Amino acid sequence: MSDVTRRWVFFAAIAGFAAFYLWGLTGLPGFGNYPGPYGLIINKIAVEETKATGVVSAVNFEYRGFDTVGEEFILFMAATGVSVVLRHLRGERERPGLEQGLGADEPATSDAVRQAALVFVGPVLLVGWWLASHAQTSPSGGFQGGVVLATAFIMIYLSGGLLTFRRISPIDLTDAVEAAGAGGFAAVGMAALFMSLPYLYNYLPLGIKPGAVSSSGTIALISFFVGVEVAAAFVLIVGEMLEQTLLRQGEPAREDTR
Amino acid sequence: MSVFPYLIVVWILAVGLYGIVTSHHLIHQIMCLIVVQSSTYVLLLAVGYRRGAAAPYFFDIPVHTPAVDPVVQALALTDVVVEAAVTALLLAFAIQAQKRFGTLDPHELVQFKG
Repeated sequence: MSDVTRRWVFFAAIAGFAAFYLWGLTGLPGFGNYPGPYGLIINKIAVEETKATGVVSAVNFEYRGFDTVGEEFILFMAATGVSVVLRHLRGERERPGLEQGLGADEPATSDAVRQAALVFVGPVLLVGWWLASHAQTSPSGGFQGGVVLATAFIMIYLSGGLLTFRRISPIDLTDAVEAAGAGGFAAVGMAALFMSLPYLYNYLPLGIKPGAVSSSGTIALISFFVGVEVAAAFVLIVGEMLEQTLLRQGEPAREDTR
Repeated sequence: MSVFPYLIVVWILAVGLYGIVTSHHLIHQIMCLIVVQSSTYVLLLAVGYRRGAAAPYFFDIPVHTPAVDPVVQALALTDVVVEAAVTALLLAFAIQAQKRFGTLDPHELVQFKG
C-alpha cells in the first residue's frame, strides 16, 4: 500500500472512531463528577482496615494483590524475553574488549558526565530505597522505587562504563535477585494458604499507627519484594541492551531466516 | 468544559496511531506506540477525578477528606509497568531486525520472511 492510500485509510478509520467516541462521551458523567462507588468505599475503609495511609498501595498490594502478581510476572517475562531475543546469534562474535577488560571500543564519555553520574549514585540509591520501603505511607511503592534503584545502576554505567556496570551487576546475580523478588511476592501469598487463609491474605501484624513504616503488614513486605524484582528486571534489560553495543556483527545469519 | 480531558485522550490516541501508520522506522514506531498508550493514562486518571478532592494519601490529611479514586490510579501504575515491559521487548526485536535484515523500515521488512 502506498503512503498516500495508507494515510487516507487511516483518516477514514479515525473519523469513524472519533464519531463513535464523541457519541460515547455524551453518556459519561463528565470530568470531575466521579460516579463510581468502589473508589469512595476503598477511600473510606482502607486506612482503618490496612493501617496504610497510601491507599493506592493498599489497592495494589492488598485489594487487587492478585492482579499485581500477574503484573509483576509480566515484567519478569519481559526481562526473560529480552534476554532470549537478544541471545547471541549464529555468526555473531563479541568484540574482544569485554573479556580482556579493556572496553576499548566504547565511545568516550566526557569527564563532566562521569563525575556528575558518580555524585548521583548514592542519592539515587537512597531515594529508590526510600520509595520502595514507604509504599504504605506516601506516594511511592515497589514499582517506582525499583525503577529509581535501577537508575542508580545506569548512573554507574555512565560514570564507569559497561565493564564496571557488569562487575557491580553480574548477570547471574541479577537473575537470582530478580527471581527472589518475583518469587518472594508469590511466596508471601502462598504462606497465607498454609495458615488456612486465602491467597495473599494480610496475615502480618498491621501495627497501631496508620502510616508508620512498620504498619500495614504484608503491604510493606510485598512492596519491598516488588522493588527488588523491578530493579533487577530493569538492570537486566538495560544490561542486555548495552551489551549489544559490544557485539560485532558477523556474517548475516541467512540460514536462520528460512 | 467537562469533556475536555476526554477529547485530549482521543487526540493523543489519534496522533500516536497516525505516527504508527505512517512511520518508516521501527524505533519511531515504538515511540508512537508509547504515545498511544499514554492516552490511556490520561483516560484512567480523568475517569477517577473528583472536583476539589485530594490525592488518596491520608498521611497528613484527615481520613475522611474527599479523595479521588485510588483504583484507577493503581490501574495507571499497572499500565506504566506493562508499557515499560512491552517497550523493552519491542526494542529487543528492533535490534534483531536491524541485525538480520540491515534495515529498520517496516515497509522494507515486510519482504523478508522469518
